Amino acid sequence: MGKTIVQKILSAHTKDEVKEGNIIWLDIDVRSARDFGGPNVVKHYREHYGAEKVDDPKKTFFTFDLVAPAKTIKYAINQSICRKFAREQGIKVYDVGSGIGTHVLMEHGHILPGNTAVGTDSHYNIVGAIGAFGQGMGDVDITFVFKTGKTWFEVPKTVKIKIKGKFEYPTTAKDLTLYILKHIKTDFALGRSIEFYGESVENLPLFGRITLLSMVTEMGGIIGYIPFTENTIEEVKKFTGASDFNVFYADQDAAYEKEIEIDVDGLESQVAAPPHPHNVYPAKDLKDVKVNMIYIGSCTNGREEDIESAWRILKGKKIKEGIVLSITPATRRAYKNLMEKGILQDLFDMGAIITNPSCAGCAEGHPGMTGEGEVSLNTSNRNFPGKQGKGKTYLTSPEVAAASAITGRITDPREVL
Amino acid sequence: MKIKGRIFILKDKNGNLIKDIDTDQIYHNMYLHITDIKEMGKYCLGNLEGYENYSLVAKKNDIIIAGSNFGAGSSRQHAVDCFRSLGTGCIIAPSFGAIFKRNAINSGFCILECPKIAEYIKEGKISHGEICELDFENGIIKKENGEELFCIPPSKVQLDILKAGGLFEYGKRK
Ligand code: SF4
Repeated sequence: MGKTIVQKILSAHTKDEVKEGNIIWLDIDVRSARDFGGPNVVKHYREHYGAEKVDDPKKTFFTFDLVAPAKTIKYAINQSICRKFAREQGIKVYDVGSGIGTHVLMEHGHILPGNTAVGTDSHYNIVGAIGAFGQGMGDVDITFVFKTGKTWFEVPKTVKIKIKGKFEYPTTAKDLTLYILKHIKTDFALGRSIEFYGESVENLPLFGRITLLSMVTEMGGIIGYIPFTENTIEEVKKFTGASDFNVFYADQDAAYEKEIEIDVDGLESQVAAPPHPHNVYPAKDLKDVKVNMIYIGSCTNGREEDIESAWRILKGKKIKEGIVLSITPATRRAYKNLMEKGILQDLFDMGAIITNPSCAGCAEGHPGMTGEGEVSLNTSNRNFPGKQGKGKTYLTSPEVAAASAITGRITDPREVL
Repeated sequence: MKIKGRIFILKDKNGNLIKDIDTDQIYHNMYLHITDIKEMGKYCLGNLEGYENYSLVAKKNDIIIAGSNFGAGSSRQHAVDCFRSLGTGCIIAPSFGAIFKRNAINSGFCILECPKIAEYIKEGKISHGEICELDFENGIIKKENGEELFCIPPSKVQLDILKAGGLFEYGKRK
């Protein structure tokens, strides 16, 4: 019997039999903790392992991206606890200002295709975009991996999603993602690995793959993969700076638990209304929803290309009076490239707030939450009640976010193009 | 392992089990800076509509019943630890978010998958407030009248970690 992509990566990292439902001991290539979770990792570590060395400091990282820089003394203390532990152990810290941890670790070539990686971030499965296996875990789990370099894992079942049909700009990967979510909610893929096939997904550039695969978390999935094309291989080389890595493809006779086909032909811009990421409507059906805050960024849509695309729509237009538009590049590299292209300058001149690379508006409303009755339109991945304030959060693409910044209400970008 | 406690059902306004309760509803990100488990209990379910005051009415060994995909969302251990902080006995749901499930297992906190739980409630086989005894190892809810309701028994790894007293202890034997 052939293997699916996840089974191949897991097989390369364990001596145990990789069979669905089996519990295996998995070797972990990269382990990291953030400013949330990190202090608890240190606390557990000291309690259980004292001053013993971590398994491999070269494979262990801290990434500060959530409340970065710290906005209260408590957060500052938590970060300093991690920094101190890192110094003692010889662990590298990608400190405040570096950007979103998973993105930074991929960009610096720490996580490569075929690798296994875990961290205190529920969107760690985003590394599926570069063909790696990643899992978000809690602080107990991560402490254990820091010390042993291993963890237990239940081999997931794999499901297949075939995407049929084509769509055109200004419909992008985020619209595709939301549309898939609308169809499968959390029912189809809960606890599963997902493989996506079909021309429209396989042709996605790397940043689009990042968008779709980051939201496998919202689908309830363990991890997602889109088979690499020649172009993906070139893009991943450039992105990670590495030229040599293992790319895994599913075998022809691999077994899938179930399959679904979703037709996206002529797909239009989509928006997820509260309270769930799968509560999705065409953007044009929500055109009466007035917006107060717009946020472009996050691990899902904070790449250079995402922000550049938003800028292309905004260029030469005006941000509607009263709209607070915040923009956060995912990493320092994305920030620098956008700065050098003059795009950040342009956005700044239009009145946008440009913040340092981080999770910014996604995690704890740093910079900014909504008050009662306000609406935030957000390119991140979650709109659960109360996550970004008392108001309502709608999720969308950078293109819809930009168009809506011009009109002050949820807007299909074709209206302003 | 037996847990005797009060059944506490998380229902929405229409009387249905609440699905997809996410970690922000269980333990809001506003309190993530807290690292002392003793302090976490008071924020438990603090952002779940209708249950904001759960920590005030919580009882030790409560057996909480919720809808599918309980604990969706973030990787925060706090979402498990806030229940441990209150001495919650077990959480029963048709399914759990993957990371929440791992976090619960790793810290030796009892959770049981029970695909039929909504049916049991609908048929009046189990109701809010009654006292039941849970035979955790076999995944059986035993009612005071002797009736038994069946859930999926925990996996071997879940029991092994629980018996060892958590992942760290379990890991030492590996
Ligand atoms: S941007 Fe949001 S979802 Fe992504 S890693 Fe940061 S906090 Fe998590």
